[in-house]
Amino acid sequence: MNSYSLSHLKQLEAESIHIIREVAAEFENPVMLYSVGKDSSVMLHLAHKAFAPGKIPFPLMHVDTQWKFREMYRFRQLMAEKYDVDIKVWINPEGKDKVSPFSHGSEKHTEIMKTDGLKQALDHYGFDAAFGGARRDEEKSRAKERVYSFRNEFHQWDPKNQRPELWNLYNAKINKGESIRIFPLSNWTELDIWLYLLREEIPIVPLYFAAERPVVERDGTLVMVDDDRMPLKPDERPVMKKVRFRTLGCYPLTGAVESNAETVEEIVQEMLLTTTSERQGRVIDGDSSSMEDKKKDGYF
Amino acid sequence: MTDSRYEIQEETLIRSDISEYLHQHETKDLLRLLTCGSVDDGKSTLIGRLLYDSHMIYEDQLDKVVKDSKVFGTTGDDFDPALLTDGLKAEREQGITIDVAYRYFSTSKRKFIIADCPGHEQYTRNMATGASTCNLAVILIDARYGVITQTRRHSFICSLLGIKHVVVAVNKMDLVDWSKDRYEQIMRDYNAFVARLNFSDIHFIPMSALKGDNVVEHGKDLAWYDGPTFLHHLENLNISTDRNLIDMRLPVQNVLRPNLDFRGFSGTLASGVLRVGDKVASLPSRRESRIKAILAPDVEVKEAFAPMAVTVTLEDEIDVSRGDMLVPVKNMPHIGNEFEAMVVWMHEDAARAGKSYLVKHGCSMVPGVMSEIRYKIDVNTMQRDRSEAEKPQPAETLELNEIGRCHITLHRPIAFDPYDRNRATGAFIIVDRLTNVTIAAGMIVDRIVSKAGSKKRAHVSQNIVKSQSLVSAAERSALLGQKGATVWLTGLSASGKSTIARVLEQQLIEQGRLCYILDGDNVRHGLNRDLGFSMEDRKENIRRIAEVAALMNEAGVIVVTAFISPYRQDRQSARDVIGDQAFLEAFVDTPIEVCEARDPKGLYKKARSGEIRQFTGISDVYEAPQNAEITLATETLSPEEAALQVIDDLRDRGVIS
Repeated sequence: MNSYSLSHLKQLEAESIHIIREVAAEFENPVMLYSVGKDSSVMLHLAHKAFAPGKIPFPLMHVDTQWKFREMYRFRQLMAEKYDVDIKVWINPEGKDKVSPFSHGSEKHTEIMKTDGLKQALDHYGFDAAFGGARRDEEKSRAKERVYSFRNEFHQWDPKNQRPELWNLYNAKINKGESIRIFPLSNWTELDIWLYLLREEIPIVPLYFAAERPVVERDGTLVMVDDDRMPLKPDERPVMKKVRFRTLGCYPLTGAVESNAETVEEIVQEMLLTTTSERQGRVIDGDSSSMEDKKKDGYF
Repeated sequence: MTDSRYEIQEETLIRSDISEYLHQHETKDLLRLLTCGSVDDGKSTLIGRLLYDSHMIYEDQLDKVVKDSKVFGTTGDDFDPALLTDGLKAEREQGITIDVAYRYFSTSKRKFIIADCPGHEQYTRNMATGASTCNLAVILIDARYGVITQTRRHSFICSLLGIKHVVVAVNKMDLVDWSKDRYEQIMRDYNAFVARLNFSDIHFIPMSALKGDNVVEHGKDLAWYDGPTFLHHLENLNISTDRNLIDMRLPVQNVLRPNLDFRGFSGTLASGVLRVGDKVASLPSRRESRIKAILAPDVEVKEAFAPMAVTVTLEDEIDVSRGDMLVPVKNMPHIGNEFEAMVVWMHEDAARAGKSYLVKHGCSMVPGVMSEIRYKIDVNTMQRDRSEAEKPQPAETLELNEIGRCHITLHRPIAFDPYDRNRATGAFIIVDRLTNVTIAAGMIVDRIVSKAGSKKRAHVSQNIVKSQSLVSAAERSALLGQKGATVWLTGLSASGKSTIARVLEQQLIEQGRLCYILDGDNVRHGLNRDLGFSMEDRKENIRRIAEVAALMNEAGVIVVTAFISPYRQDRQSARDVIGDQAFLEAFVDTPIEVCEARDPKGLYKKARSGEIRQFTGISDVYEAPQNAEITLATETLSPEEAALQVIDDLRDRGVIS
């Protein structure tokens, strides 16, 4: 190898920054969707680098369901200060303080608070481009997703009618009302994300690291009792277990795994030696409709 | 399925020294590869096998596949690796992959991104898309069928898109009894046709993706093969020379102005190496300065190289904006608004010559016109489309999945390199102005504006690259108030060509138009004094005149020629050299009896007496034009009227306003 070689991680970083800069230049009103998770952390860090020494020239937006872990809300505030960015928060007003995973079930809760909430927020602010942290390695149907994913005025995705995407020449042309979802982390894998978090010392929500937490076991899933809104069944009693979370979402819908991994290195070690894939921790993927149907509908 | 030794080593390291493991993975490099093959070549199986054998499949994903194998699988109740990779529902149900899908796996040496492409005939579009970002192509061949049309098509598209490394995976060796002879036959067949393509290395590997032989581990049935396994080859292939580190090109994406003291230009280095202190020019303005500092992307460095994302500051306050390109003062790309390119058409609405489109190149989106579709290429034979070659007229349209050589004229100049020298600055996409859809991809060819007919010249003087003017045809025509054109008068001796030419010239000049007569006798006194009147020399006479007329047209001059030019073929070659747009064939239609009666130089008399041989109209043919732009019937028109008719026609064509 000659001295002018660039590691795969540096190449991924450069590619993502290129995408983020293109969007900032070519769209009128872009937004970065911020889920508070580790992929969002990487995306935010890349956006910061892309415009250094200046500020990130677009806002972030968190589509909040009101059922995230408390630590996530604290972390969101910290990041807004650290990166000096405007993080907008959107809660679907139709479901606010009414819809919960317990009263409406996970599928309906997700549809109303996440999918509908996202569409409302995009319409409300008139965003014409929205960054998302999804990666192609997460799910089979995502393997074919473009970096620039065109959505019609109803936010719908048509898998049969996507624009061809060649080289790094992205097509930002849209009509009024249409929008594009942008996935700057498309080519990153789970391992790449962890390697980058480690190398760049990027902060992530402490829930990713193992600690003693109160959990109950439901249908084979360990659910953390994060606050007193969670109705416990008569025979259920929270027990303290050393657990961590592989993905973060609404706490009643996010399964914990028992673990001793307290550092990024240990997490990666565990991850490589286990045999279940990332999204399995999410209860929603087990729902009746597949990810593909959710995406057609506007879910990320 | 047994664990490979390789995997056991990895796992041991993960358990014993995770830091060392992570360090190895942090410093590995990246290889992007494309897999091409038809539905039944076992492409999905090969990728599934790679993912499976390199342990990139998690147990719950595998569960799903085992379940699916029973519903969709083609392997009975056995595990079907193809189902790991077939994505969308519809495709799965049809049992085919219909789009480009990206897969990821890595070893301690490399991360791999696979662009998984369909092999279907109608999907040239998808292959081009997948190939555009790849360094290497895996061409799958079913050992039973060998090199087929599709193999050639895939190889051609890969070569066209600039892929340099090829692995020919001769798959399904188990179905040909692991025959070495069969494998060698396929090697010979492939090598025979691929010589015409532009690959730098081709590597053959016999394998059975379904059984796993030679994918990750050697197969016992292929003991006669002593080369590397597929994965070993992918891990160790040298790709560092693929990048162009010679020509520094920095297309400017954004201008950063966080405060009054900082004005930075951000972009991704397309090629080359950039150092602090380098003297650079901003294109197309050509304003010069020096690199003051480089951020890569947020820390200061002394030197950066492709494909890093950087922000640079300059010593001087020169005007630079998005879409401009920073380049070394001593190594500039071409700057111009016209170029020729190989274009892959990707949409049901066919390309039409003369239609306006948007062109995205680097960081600029520029309106432009598909000025000409010069010819199409048959992707199966890699030849110029034969039907087109027979009739030298350029094509009118380019249909979905067709590839053509096109001439493109942009509304403003851009800085570009030929694609085979620089993928990042030689590539562009075409966007439809109405629907906003990406409808084509193009690769700029290493020749600036060349006209039809220049092919013949090319083999004589391949090393001469036409130098390019900074002034566009549009700028010249704005200055002169006219476009260059050639009025090619043809007709019998004494038909009135020279008279009409002189009157026409005089009338144009009186109207303030720049015009010049290329007269046969004058040309033969100088430029063509080495030529006689043999068939060959007459041809050459016409060719030279056409070339001179083309140059003068380029300068914006209206040229009038007055030669008998009796042969249709010669007039056609003049048309090819001058270009269809600028060439006006004007038939001076005077019956031979009238000409012979006029006979001002007594030539007909001499011809009749046999004193002159091969005299047009008497002892040699005159092939009257069939589709001349203008016909001047001199029996009913005075020379002045004939000249006016030509001028009207020039006005109709927009040559003069």
